[in-house]
Amino acid sequence: MTEYQEPMAPVPYRIFRRKQETNDVFTFELVPSKGTETIGFAPGQFNMLYAFGLGEVPISVSGDPEDQGKLVHTIRVVGAVTKGLAALKRDESIGVRGPFGSDWPLKQAVGHDVIVVAGGLGLAPLRPALYALLSHPERYGKLTLLYGARTEEDLLFTKEWGKWKNSGKIAVEVSLGQASRKWRGTVGHVTALLPRISIQPEKTIAFVCGPETMMRFVAIELEKRGVNRDRIFISMERNMKCAVGFCGHCQFGPHFVCADGPIFPYGRMEPLLRIREL
Amino acid sequence: MENDNRRVVSRLNIGEIWQWLKAEGYQVVGPTIRDGAIVYDEIDGPDELPVGWTDEQNGGKYQLKKRPDAALFGYAVGPHSWKKFLFPSRRRLWKGTRDENQLTIETETIPDTKYAFFGVRSCELHAIAIQDKVFIGGKHVDPYYKSHREQLFIIGVNCHTAGGTCFCVSMNTGPRCSSGYDLVLTEIIDQDRHEFVVDSATDTGKRLLNSLTSHAISPDVDSAEKTSVEKAAKNMGRELPTEGLKELLANNYEHPRWKEVASRCMTCANCTMVCPTCFCSSVEDTTDLTGDHTERWRQWDSCFTMDFSYLHGGSVRQSPLSRYRQWMTHKLSTWQDQFGTSGCVGCGRCVTWCPVAIDITEEVKAIRASQEVGTHD
Amino acid sequence: METLEGLLARHPFFEDLPEPDLKLIAGCGRNVAFREGQTVFREGEAANEFYLLREGVIRIEINSPRLGPITIQTVHAGEVLGWSWLFPPYRWHFDAHVMEAGRGTCLNGKCLREKLERDPQLGFALMKRFNGILLQRLQSTRLQLIEAYEGATEK
Repeated sequence: MTEYQEPMAPVPYRIFRRKQETNDVFTFELVPSKGTETIGFAPGQFNMLYAFGLGEVPISVSGDPEDQGKLVHTIRVVGAVTKGLAALKRDESIGVRGPFGSDWPLKQAVGHDVIVVAGGLGLAPLRPALYALLSHPERYGKLTLLYGARTEEDLLFTKEWGKWKNSGKIAVEVSLGQASRKWRGTVGHVTALLPRISIQPEKTIAFVCGPETMMRFVAIELEKRGVNRDRIFISMERNMKCAVGFCGHCQFGPHFVCADGPIFPYGRMEPLLRIREL
Repeated sequence: MENDNRRVVSRLNIGEIWQWLKAEGYQVVGPTIRDGAIVYDEIDGPDELPVGWTDEQNGGKYQLKKRPDAALFGYAVGPHSWKKFLFPSRRRLWKGTRDENQLTIETETIPDTKYAFFGVRSCELHAIAIQDKVFIGGKHVDPYYKSHREQLFIIGVNCHTAGGTCFCVSMNTGPRCSSGYDLVLTEIIDQDRHEFVVDSATDTGKRLLNSLTSHAISPDVDSAEKTSVEKAAKNMGRELPTEGLKELLANNYEHPRWKEVASRCMTCANCTMVCPTCFCSSVEDTTDLTGDHTERWRQWDSCFTMDFSYLHGGSVRQSPLSRYRQWMTHKLSTWQDQFGTSGCVGCGRCVTWCPVAIDITEEVKAIRASQEVGTHD
Repeated sequence: METLEGLLARHPFFEDLPEPDLKLIAGCGRNVAFREGQTVFREGEAANEFYLLREGVIRIEINSPRLGPITIQTVHAGEVLGWSWLFPPYRWHFDAHVMEAGRGTCLNGKCLREKLERDPQLGFALMKRFNGILLQRLQSTRLQLIEAYEGATEK
């Protein structure tokens, strides 16, 4: 009987640490169970996380790429599987398959001004790229993070981007969709932050992640400022069952989001994004 | 000139093929009649083939009829395709147990089955090659498909009787088998004779051919063989002009024809079930009552289902229009971007088995005829 | 001590406007300072001014009986606050409070309306600029709306 790889079989990991971020978002740090090797990752890639008996969901890695000893995932509870994952406690086991997908083009970003635009939970798949940029800022030009969330309760990683802002290595602007008087920052859509920053379009590259509507309009605003659409990168999302290009569910036009994406240059996506129900 | 790879075998000796295959440990599957249709299943000998039967096929119509002769291959293709063996409709992938917080995954053993496919048409050889690209041609490999494909023995058949919905000529996939087989048979049947021209293409095929009672081919039989296949080519039930098809569909996502076909399509998914190249699947995780034992199964799925594109509380493709459009543009256009070939082999099954007789060739012609961009709502 | 025209000329809203026009407009204006926490105007009050912000941040609020005052937008340095002076009944449609102290120019709406009726060319030039900003605000508001809706229906 020949040995073979079953690409659909998860590898057992265990929950090393669990943190509640907002009332429906939490972060796991996962370490391999005894005897299994660590799965590495590049910023932007995702794993299929398996909740015993319930199923799998694709979740981007949200941790530091320089710490490959553990896998960090930030998850929002939206259905049965994520609800099952949310119930897991420290030391409990979880299945992991991956890493899958394309990554944020950090190599291409070298020598460029990098504008990172995050909408809501989109900050999580961007966080590994931000760690990488901040770890070697000398490789890049001006670094900017524009982060939009619906309400103050939805803000993620507040202490962290606060620290980044104070470090002086990256300009950070945060905007809420609506706020109470407690919020002493900007209110408006994240796209409204773009006209307020100075951009040198010919040397700018942008990484954009958030709801699809948000990414479309952020890309439009960036293009209005002269940023080339092939230097604007977005992270697409579609239903995934296998993540290995077999099941057909994640197709978006000719692209398999699990294998050709999830990160794509906007130039390739733009004509497809205009087609309703594609 | 004597060609050792090409011999003629009489109808009376065709059963020897089974003897050889069984001795070599192959499980022979091929066409047989069940429930009023010609399906693929285990067959023990030539008598289990649809001897003397033909199929009358048209849009939404399939009926078996008796032929005036005892041909073994007097029909086209039925609702089954060979994908049911290489890519089974339901397969357990692994079993999982949870024992004091420790998760253990036990992957399913792949059965060591050696299949011999008896009676594979040219369109179907192309379909198998197309699914090869999906399941064993990329970064990830399906182990079940790989194992069964590597051990597969294929006996192809050159069609002499084209089907009512066939259009392999348009798709450049037949009727003559050109590659991907071990042996190929062409049936010669008339008042005077019933025999088969047998060509071998591989070493294994050669070994089988050598074991059969056969005689050399005469120019007369050679000519009859050519005429037979040409007859099939001339009797195609449909045609599909493929020139610039990829761009035609890529540029017409908003064409009004989609509304028209959507008004007929019931999203029943028959076309995807019978299509020999459709490969979409889904996974199902099941648990027993204790909750400590779980299994993951893979099963066929279809882009026509409402849930196929489910994301964050809704489906991306809610309307039947979007789902029909997805199927057709994938099959004929984006498949080319993905795998370098068309996804369609012209077998006609989707036309035959559509309950409302939607015809993919007709839909293409309609879009081609009026090359206008559709109106926006 | 910079003149009002000088300050107006440096504000992005009046960028590239010819000097005589700036002089005309300055005739309707005065400098203002904003204290943190100050109410600039309230919903329903007579709307007779609009503001060009030079420094500081102003929050635009709408009061919801169940949720209290909700900030739906902030106006920053280099931006413009107030449209209700353009159309009858000339009443404010929302509250504006100062989040961060600052300075700006306040232009009298009635004064400006009368001057622009007499100078349609300048009127059209300014209308184009107002519309540009309104479009941006509208688009931002639409996206805020979509995201609020997507959030409410997400499963």
